[in-house]
Amino acid sequence: MRQIHDIHGGIHPPERKELSRPGNVIDGPVPAQLVLPLSQHIGAPASPVVNIGDQVLGGQMIAEAQGPVSVPVHAPSSGTVIAIESRAVPHASGMSDTCIVVELDGQDTWTPTSGITDWRQHNRLELMNCVRQAGIAGLGGAGFPTAIKLASDRDEGIHTLIINGTECEPYISADDTVMQCYAEEIVAGAEILAHIVGAETILLAVEDNKPDAAAAMTAAAQNCEMAEVVTFPTKYPSGGEKQLIEILLNAQVPSGGIPADIGVLCQNPSTAIAVLEAITLGKPLTTRVTTVTGEAVGDPGNRRVMLGTPIKDLLGQAGFDSTAGNRVLHGGPMMGFAVTDLDMPVVKITNCVLAPTAEELPPPQPAQPCIRCGHCAEACPASLLPQQLYWYARAKDHEQLERHNLLDCIECGACAYVCPSHIPLVQYYRSAKSGIKDAQQEKIRSDNSRGRFEARQERLEREATAKEAKRAARKAAAEARAASGEDPVQAAIERAKAKKAEQQEADS
Amino acid sequence: MSLLHVSSPHIHGPNSSVESVMKQVLLATIPGVVVMTYFFGPGTLLNILVGGAMALAFEAWALWLRGRDYKTIVRDHSIVVTSTLLCIAIPPYAPWWLLLVGIGISVLLGKHAFGGLGYNPFNPAMVGYVVLLISFPLQMSSWTEPRGIGEVPGFVDAITALFVPGSYDAITAATPLDLFRQNEGMMFSDLMSARPEMMGTIAGVGWDWVNLAFLLGGVWLLRQRVFTWHAPVGMLGALALCAVIGFDDGSSTGGGSMLFHLFSGATMFGAFFIITDPVSSAVSNRGRLIFGALVGLLVYLIRVHGNYPDAVAFGVLIMNFAAPFIDQYTQPTVYGMRQETKE
Repeated sequence: MRQIHDIHGGIHPPERKELSRPGNVIDGPVPAQLVLPLSQHIGAPASPVVNIGDQVLGGQMIAEAQGPVSVPVHAPSSGTVIAIESRAVPHASGMSDTCIVVELDGQDTWTPTSGITDWRQHNRLELMNCVRQAGIAGLGGAGFPTAIKLASDRDEGIHTLIINGTECEPYISADDTVMQCYAEEIVAGAEILAHIVGAETILLAVEDNKPDAAAAMTAAAQNCEMAEVVTFPTKYPSGGEKQLIEILLNAQVPSGGIPADIGVLCQNPSTAIAVLEAITLGKPLTTRVTTVTGEAVGDPGNRRVMLGTPIKDLLGQAGFDSTAGNRVLHGGPMMGFAVTDLDMPVVKITNCVLAPTAEELPPPQPAQPCIRCGHCAEACPASLLPQQLYWYARAKDHEQLERHNLLDCIECGACAYVCPSHIPLVQYYRSAKSGIKDAQQEKIRSDNSRGRFEARQERLEREATAKEAKRAARKAAAEARAASGEDPVQAAIERAKAKKAEQQEADS
Repeated sequence: MSLLHVSSPHIHGPNSSVESVMKQVLLATIPGVVVMTYFFGPGTLLNILVGGAMALAFEAWALWLRGRDYKTIVRDHSIVVTSTLLCIAIPPYAPWWLLLVGIGISVLLGKHAFGGLGYNPFNPAMVGYVVLLISFPLQMSSWTEPRGIGEVPGFVDAITALFVPGSYDAITAATPLDLFRQNEGMMFSDLMSARPEMMGTIAGVGWDWVNLAFLLGGVWLLRQRVFTWHAPVGMLGALALCAVIGFDDGSSTGGGSMLFHLFSGATMFGAFFIITDPVSSAVSNRGRLIFGALVGLLVYLIRVHGNYPDAVAFGVLIMNFAAPFIDQYTQPTVYGMRQETKE
């Protein structure tokens, strides 16, 4: 048995995972239209390769990756491109972004695909390219392009691959369900991932509130020598990448660094399946398993949803009562964000759509003054001092915020969860972080313009000095002439005469 | 439906609010107040009731002056906690004007002059207490004789003493800490045997029980996770350590036994109800441990070498000044900053 380590802080919110009945995958709706954002990942948005009116097939690439940190977008089913325009997309700030809208023909005709069965014979660059071309971005929630994570160029390489089936967010059971239903595929995908990065160990991490998933994974891992299932006590946010690494390996990712810096790669179970399908079947990422839950839906469960399916259609299929609640969340109750428009689509990072009733998730209580009780510091998994960060965030004291390591905050929300004063702490930190980012960019800009200004000043000074030197030289020459007894007026007349004579000579 | 646009997290921990924290602190004072009432009569209880009413009036007035919503903010109970703690510290059977001045100073100067709840750099109750102690030393050092030595006053006596100052003359006596202070030339064991009726066996008749009762309330608060153990353990540990080092029963300069220091005066009350005020103490756990330890050291130094018999209020106020400084040097190691992961 592997030794498990504890993390600092953490909380135990009600899990409520049974509500979404983990263990079964239901087919999602077939909507009339799919809305496919060009940016469903972290990095540069993809660039469309289809035009309005084009017929597209399922699995066809409709937007290609732009630059290294980017992934393409594929059509999840066949139909016609009817618009390429700005639509509301899932994002914490409720923004709009360019989407390709495909009207489905209902035929679900697919473009032929072919995969690699003998992947062990292929080098990592080829395999990484397959992963990238399949449009795979982390399905756990952050959506970082998977190929980039695999392309770590650390000298010592990656020694451990962690398949993160922690799923510590309340309500969500998508990973749990995927682990129960597709354990073998996960292990097979993990083997490919380990092969690509050269990892010697695969840790299949499952929180102990998911015994069925752990059992399925253990059974699947029997045939794989390098894989080991590790279960550990349920605590939020154990599923945070950095926290999980500490739990399993008793190592910390250096501040400002990434797991690869200490030779670790974390991937979501569904990402492992996507990689398996991309390589062995040549199938791009066009669907995902999403938890639809909350007391405002009549038929909660885990659904295999085509990317681009409007949340409205998904909720509609689940029997959503729109009068029961006051918000719909994209993601879980701890880190998810409120959906501003039900027309926005399910994307690669949509692990949950939560439609609670008003009783279930009452509106937030008014914030009271901070009394520095310190409960937040006890709950913080990053060992920060949230109460101090709050004061500095309010004072916009960027220097102190950085000194108190605001940038190490993972925005898990444990501090706000325990705050007796009901202060929306995470909101303050997010806004302070973007304030610091803005200030840094502003500083770069002002450094640049200061540089320009100083260069100009220097040039002007140089010119003035040169002018002055010239004048002084002329003056000195004139004085020298005067000293030698030459009459300056007479000399000027003679110079003029000489010039005139020269001119006349030239004219004639 | 209109979609509520709020930031994560969307759920909140159970039953936690400023009110519930404050209520728990108030509940935890009950054992101490009951024991005080047993040994010294209903004076403290009456102080708490009348003082609480005064504090609510001052609070509402201050909020109204500051243009705040006085109807809702008063409900956080924080002002009742402040007034209760001050009234426990003030001698029973004090005249009404002493309460009025003390509470007025606590609420207006200690709390609202700095911006109200959460913004006060000093413990408001201790601000009020120290102003009273310096301005009215006579009234502030008149503790009633504990039960067993004298007659304990009744409720009518208490009301008379409060509202018609001078008309009721409670039989006051020096507290054990006063005796300790006044008999500097005496060996501690001699003092204990010379005044057994006052000094009892450990730390003074009645006072040991009062301290035990506040310890009980404090431990309950610890179990309720209202605060962490760091500040109380720091203070009690430092005080005990100083007492052990300074206890020299063979000479006249001995500093009193460890149990005497731990169970007399305001030690337990201070350790669990005063220095645990989160607003005015250091913020990190390590900071609170240091904060408490330095309070303990100051309490010992002032008790043994200073001019006042007890020193919790001074110790706390002095350390309130130092709290931001302690904070600067006691930041916990953040995830990813551990030495071995730094390379």
